[in-house]
Amino acid sequence: MTVTRIRGARLLDPTKGIDDALELEITGSRISAVGHELSGSADQVVEAEGLWLAPGFVDLHTHLREPGQEYKESIATGTKSAAAGGFTTVCAMANTDPVNDSPAVTEFIRRRARETAAVRVHVIAAATQGLRGEVMSEMALLRDAGAVAFSDDGAVIMNAAVMRRVLEYAFGIGRTVIAHCEDLDLRGPGVVHEGAHATCCGLPGSPAEAESVMVARDLELARLTGAALHIAHVSAARSVDMIRDAKRAGVRVTAEVTPHHLALCDERIRGYDTNAKMAPPLRTARDREALREGLADGTIDCVATDHAPHAAYEKDVEFCGAPFGVVGLETALPIVLELVRERRLSALAAIDALTRRPARVLGLGAGTLEVGAPADLVLIDPDRVWKVEAQGLASRSKNSPFLGNEFVGRATQTWVGGRVVHALDEESS
Amino acid sequence: MKQLLDTETPSREELERILDTTEAMLEISQRDIKKVPTLRGRTVINMFLEPSTRTRVSFEIAAKRLSADAINVTASGSSLSKAETLSDMARNLSAMQADVLVVRDRNAGVPAMLARHLSIPVINAGDGNHEHPTQALLDAFTIRQAFGNIEGRVVSIIGDVAHSRVARSNIHALTKLGAEVRIAGPPTMIPVGVEQFGVKPCTSIDEALDGAHVVMMLRIQMERLEGALFPSVREYASTWGLSRERLRLARPDAVVLHPGPVNRGVEIQSEVADAEPSRILDQVTNGVATRMAVLYLLTGDSQ
Ligand SMILES: [Zn+2]
Repeated sequence: MTVTRIRGARLLDPTKGIDDALELEITGSRISAVGHELSGSADQVVEAEGLWLAPGFVDLHTHLREPGQEYKESIATGTKSAAAGGFTTVCAMANTDPVNDSPAVTEFIRRRARETAAVRVHVIAAATQGLRGEVMSEMALLRDAGAVAFSDDGAVIMNAAVMRRVLEYAFGIGRTVIAHCEDLDLRGPGVVHEGAHATCCGLPGSPAEAESVMVARDLELARLTGAALHIAHVSAARSVDMIRDAKRAGVRVTAEVTPHHLALCDERIRGYDTNAKMAPPLRTARDREALREGLADGTIDCVATDHAPHAAYEKDVEFCGAPFGVVGLETALPIVLELVRERRLSALAAIDALTRRPARVLGLGAGTLEVGAPADLVLIDPDRVWKVEAQGLASRSKNSPFLGNEFVGRATQTWVGGRVVHALDEESS
Repeated sequence: MKQLLDTETPSREELERILDTTEAMLEISQRDIKKVPTLRGRTVINMFLEPSTRTRVSFEIAAKRLSADAINVTASGSSLSKAETLSDMARNLSAMQADVLVVRDRNAGVPAMLARHLSIPVINAGDGNHEHPTQALLDAFTIRQAFGNIEGRVVSIIGDVAHSRVARSNIHALTKLGAEVRIAGPPTMIPVGVEQFGVKPCTSIDEALDGAHVVMMLRIQMERLEGALFPSVREYASTWGLSRERLRLARPDAVVLHPGPVNRGVEIQSEVADAEPSRILDQVTNGVATRMAVLYLLTGDSQ
């Protein structure tokens, strides 16, 4: 078996609280040693002076679009994008075509992942049949086929009684329900956050309460049922407050925040860039501040990308007619590192939010550098300055709100099971 | 100025330059032969992807009085439709080799998005609930005509401010030109954050009218009933409509403006719409002159 030694790096392992200059050795597909000045021969030595070595990132919210919308993304291209961003595990959302509400689709996705994926793919299945919010999906069969969680995502389950039953049932079979909290009636035609910027642009707004009302409902239902509830892409300050209170009260709730909600606010819609259109929308600077605080104090468990690819021609229309969503796998890291530079998070906490903590939400067992664990790793150059350009993105779709941005920090090499799945060539910067 | 996409962007000086030029254009419009050769050989595309006879005709007359060739593109009469992307649409328009594009669209932002792809000047002739800058300029001109200046004048905008591009453009233009702008309407139709634009929200029409120089009534769209934004036409007319009695709260020399077409008996009573304080027909006349001024300044030989 091939032995690879990575030396000179600052090794960050949140599962053990390690932030130290340590060497790491990969033998075959697994981590075989971690320590100071490892001895023994290696087939290959990676010199990683000035770089960080961390567990590969885990994304709980990825739209891979396969089956059915391969013109936007495929399991192959989406996972290539993941690898380029430092992710070694992604969780594929259920809103494919056909919808992933049957064991056959779940098995199809898992098979295609085995055949074509660059990183590990877990499957999130629909909570209700056809994402219609009426009848629950065959959750136990889906679990047996490999589904790690259930979610209707943006096809919000508006009927509280249905949501209650879904939570109850999922709890009984040992699975978490992921909720996209947005009251679709309150949102109405809203495409951006309701506020002065929306008013100025003449775009229909959706208030932060469209989210917080639903967060309140789902927290109450989680309390009622005892179920594990994961709240997707929190965007509003009020939601953060309510989640914090619910956690204190013992509700089994976890939450994620997207890089774009951490980085941007609603001012970004000026100029009608449809790459600034997503659900939930970018909110105020005050909301963004609350999200950063929530991530730092642990109210928000992790960062998740909500990577949502759309073809250029779909976004190249009037703002109201453009689909919601942005790609995010390749730009997540520098946004989180920015919080480290601003001293909002320690380096270890930043890595934690991308690795151990998301893995723990769904019990995925990833996100560790323990000896014996699969060698899912990422080397990070925290000082690498690079410009986000459409042609530089590995994703099939280029709908990023950060096109043209200069970022600091990039994944330079990614391993999945000891195999290199991404290596940034020296010239590209 | 290279574009007229809104009244939020131009400076006070730029707005005043348009108003001054409008003065000259109005003079042309009052001659026997209402035509000057200023834009001879230039082509203006009037692309109206949302039906609007009034504004389209106004732009068309304006172009013709300046001797420009005006081509009308309407939603039904052309291949330009929402089935294509905005960059395709822009490519098609570029291929027509026009000198200026006038665009009306039911979607906010479309003129700005097209302008990003085009090298010719773009004039927004109304985009969704965003802006209608030439309407605001003609309103400002009409106010200046009535009072000699705009600075310090109290302008009350009444009605569905949230869904009105006319209101947005007037708020930006008139506050910039020094007017005191008040707004009033059903609470469901006052947009969030509007106080940040330097206007004074009033809780009743009476409060808004008190001592006003200008009363600007907005058109109410009946489909707002379905959106549950107001309960009935009867209630709207009695609570937010302009009657002769109410108008007495304004200054004796107050003028009444309305962007048209008027819903008689709803936002404005006929007795007011047709009476002395009404400048609704002046607005139409001034609209042509304003659009001539904008076309001239954006495409003419003026540097
Ligand atoms: Zn979602």
